[in-house]
Amino acid sequence: MQLDGIDTGKRAIRALKSRQINIKGNSSMKKLKHLLVGTVAVLALGGTAAHAERGTDGDLKALFWQAVSTLNPYLSGGTKEVFASSIVIEPLARYDEKGELVPWLVTEIPTVENGGVAKDLLSMTWKIKPGVKWSDGTAFTAEDVIFTWKYCTAPDGGCAQAAQYEGVKNVEAIDPNTVKITFTEPKPYPYSAFVGAQSPVIQAKQFKDCVGAKAPGCTAANFGPIGTGAFMVADFKPNDVITFKANPNYRDPAKPAFASITLKGGGDAASAARAVLETGEYDYAWNAQVEPEVLQTMLAAGKGRLEISFGTQVERINLNHFNADPSLGAKRSTKEAGPHPSLSDPAVRRALSLAIDRDIIVEAGYGQSGRATCNIVPAPEVVASTKNDSWCLKQDIEGANKLLEDAGWKKGSDGIRAKDGVRLSYLYSTSTNSVRQATQELVKAMWAEIGVDAELRNASASVFFGGDPASPDTFQKFYADVEMYTNNFDGTDPEKYLAEWLCDKIPGPANGWQGQNIPRYCNPDYDKLVGELSRTADLDKRAALAKQLNDMLTEEGAHITLVHRGDQSSFAATLEGIKMNSWDSQVWNIADWSRKK
Amino acid sequence: MTDATIANPAPAKASSPTRSAFADMWRQFRAHKGGVAGLIVFTFIVLAVYVGPYIHRVAPNQLNIREKNQWPSLAHPFGTDNLGKDMLAQVLAGGRISLAVGITAMLLALFLGTLVGVLSGYFRRLDGPLMRLTDLFLALPLLPLLLVILLLFRDTLRAAFGPETGIFILIVVVIGVTSWMHTARIVRGDVLAVKSQEFILAAKSSGMREYRIVLRHILPNVLSSIMVSATLGIASAIITESSLSFLGLGFPSDFPTWGRLLFDGANFLQLTPSRVLWPGLAISATVLSVNYMGDAIRDALDPRTLKR
Repeated sequence: MQLDGIDTGKRAIRALKSRQINIKGNSSMKKLKHLLVGTVAVLALGGTAAHAERGTDGDLKALFWQAVSTLNPYLSGGTKEVFASSIVIEPLARYDEKGELVPWLVTEIPTVENGGVAKDLLSMTWKIKPGVKWSDGTAFTAEDVIFTWKYCTAPDGGCAQAAQYEGVKNVEAIDPNTVKITFTEPKPYPYSAFVGAQSPVIQAKQFKDCVGAKAPGCTAANFGPIGTGAFMVADFKPNDVITFKANPNYRDPAKPAFASITLKGGGDAASAARAVLETGEYDYAWNAQVEPEVLQTMLAAGKGRLEISFGTQVERINLNHFNADPSLGAKRSTKEAGPHPSLSDPAVRRALSLAIDRDIIVEAGYGQSGRATCNIVPAPEVVASTKNDSWCLKQDIEGANKLLEDAGWKKGSDGIRAKDGVRLSYLYSTSTNSVRQATQELVKAMWAEIGVDAELRNASASVFFGGDPASPDTFQKFYADVEMYTNNFDGTDPEKYLAEWLCDKIPGPANGWQGQNIPRYCNPDYDKLVGELSRTADLDKRAALAKQLNDMLTEEGAHITLVHRGDQSSFAATLEGIKMNSWDSQVWNIADWSRKK
Repeated sequence: MTDATIANPAPAKASSPTRSAFADMWRQFRAHKGGVAGLIVFTFIVLAVYVGPYIHRVAPNQLNIREKNQWPSLAHPFGTDNLGKDMLAQVLAGGRISLAVGITAMLLALFLGTLVGVLSGYFRRLDGPLMRLTDLFLALPLLPLLLVILLLFRDTLRAAFGPETGIFILIVVVIGVTSWMHTARIVRGDVLAVKSQEFILAAKSSGMREYRIVLRHILPNVLSSIMVSATLGIASAIITESSLSFLGLGFPSDFPTWGRLLFDGANFLQLTPSRVLWPGLAISATVLSVNYMGDAIRDALDPRTLKR
């Protein structure tokens, strides 16, 4: 489908982020409140869990339409690899479906209050749950945690998740069940190493000869990691089928309910959804990115249901603030090209946003899995602004026309507005995917109503998100006037994400097109405010600043946000215990999945 | 025969003096029932595609989200798609592009293929180099080549001819220059066979110039195989164009072609089957009718069948 591109895109963007120097001095303490609530939630959960015996529910058939190529997430940042490996290997703590941290292999989440995080914010201590065993029966100790850090930070290792360990100075064992992490600088938000599906702990014994340049060669280990999770790998055929069976040494003797999992890879989003929802051949299909009405016909068969969760993904149209005229050759979309002849006019940017009816775009392409939004930071709740919803969420063709008229853009004989020989005609690019192409057509029709023309172009997702500096079609190069794609931020703190719109993050030949400020937005006031955010520790103040930054981007038209997108997967009607999660792996609680009797 | 018939190169020593070669061919063509049916269907498609929009006056790109996914009705005889665009208008508009691309690209490939084939078959000195060139083109991986060509020339052509004409020229040229090789091979083989026959020797000994020999004696005799590869060429050009559109390399996405309509409609097969039925039917009918016509033309042009 459609989304063949989006996953790749996220991966590319993540890779970009990991190359960027981390912004230090982050002091987001707002997490702490969530942590406590999360701990309570998990305790409550634990009480209701013991319902069945291990392995009584037979085989769980899962379908990933992008096939899994390795089970070592440190060697591939792809969502599919991260998800599949999270069935086997686990982090110390992870995010639950509400985006709250829950202790997983540890007894509690370290905080300043409980003494787990040092007052100077330079170190933290994790206490491993006693009695956790690897699937081969050996004990899970602090040494494994230390090894994981060494494995991912080894030189020449090419670790895909290196960003998770940024700023970590040392990891040491205080005793076999206690791990102390020290940081190079104070870390107000220290939960990234060993937290979440992207940073699981691997077994030191299994991977000890696979460090550094030798990592990719350890096929047996990479294809069959020993883990602490509810399942262990029985058989792995790369890019095809993985068979898992229940881990006999799993810490909860009553779980998992399923005896085995067969995870099949390949196909496309529509056929995967059909196999679950309509024919019932499979129990779980990841990422049902298919047109809503097509899903409706599949759902009519009554064999399955869709589960949707909302993270921070926002489909947006970036407006190029630099001139992208092809006659400028290699200079286009860089500072040397100068400001964009028409998009540098704030009235034009505002009018383009006003002309769009976001509800129609949601209805046509996203259905239940999308919401109209005017924010680039749409979640979590505390940082989601509502300030611009009043003018931006509603289509206002008249207002947009008036705005353009007043700014001197007059309609020509062809119905396209122009001023001083500059026509409002834009090259509109995106990745190839049926929902994106439909959105392009809708937006083009809406813009036509205010006398703005668009030429549509799409590039294969692997090219568009590929990041190849030699290709003119990548989203980083932005050799177009406007371009559309989805991006999100990891975790729940938007500071790093909002710092992407800083002036010095503009991509260009000088930095190998690696900046993340794709719209080439530059506002010194914005930069100043981001600096203030990075120095602020107070939770409420941070949220207020994040909202202010988000509103600034919307009001000044750095981009046009369209849809807050959810993750949507299909599940068989008989499956129980699923908690769709956009903050961590979708199969984060697979130990709790069971079949309705 | 006189020079007046050169435009319709008649087979050497073909018809009886009382009938013109053209009438002969037409008689022969009519005898082929499939060919006649093909001609009728193809004419109908061409007429529908070019005249149809004057009768069914709905713009193919008119969005109407409130009337999406409709089954056929009076207002929308082929139904609507998921953005509420009229499918009949889209199929007609798509047909204009698909047919234009198919026929133009075929003509280009045919011209190149015949040129290379005749030259290498007739002139021994050129045979080696030209056939190696053909091998080279056959061995080229098509898709990476297309990617490079499109990247190199897209912006230049877009600036010179505008987005639609520019991409049309580009696609036609790209398909044309990458699909002439089979024609060249076939033509060369035929030319080699014809060249060694006595009437060529006779022509040579009568002092006829070489280009005259090629045009008057060789070409008419290899025309039948050229016609067959032409008909196959239309079909494969239409299909290549649709795969290019699918990869995002072809026309802009709001520019319907049969291949794109088919691809976009595939997911909606259950909801609105007419979305894939009509473009699919149009492609099949065009390809099939053109193939039958080619078959009939081959029969009509074959000097041996004319004698009967």
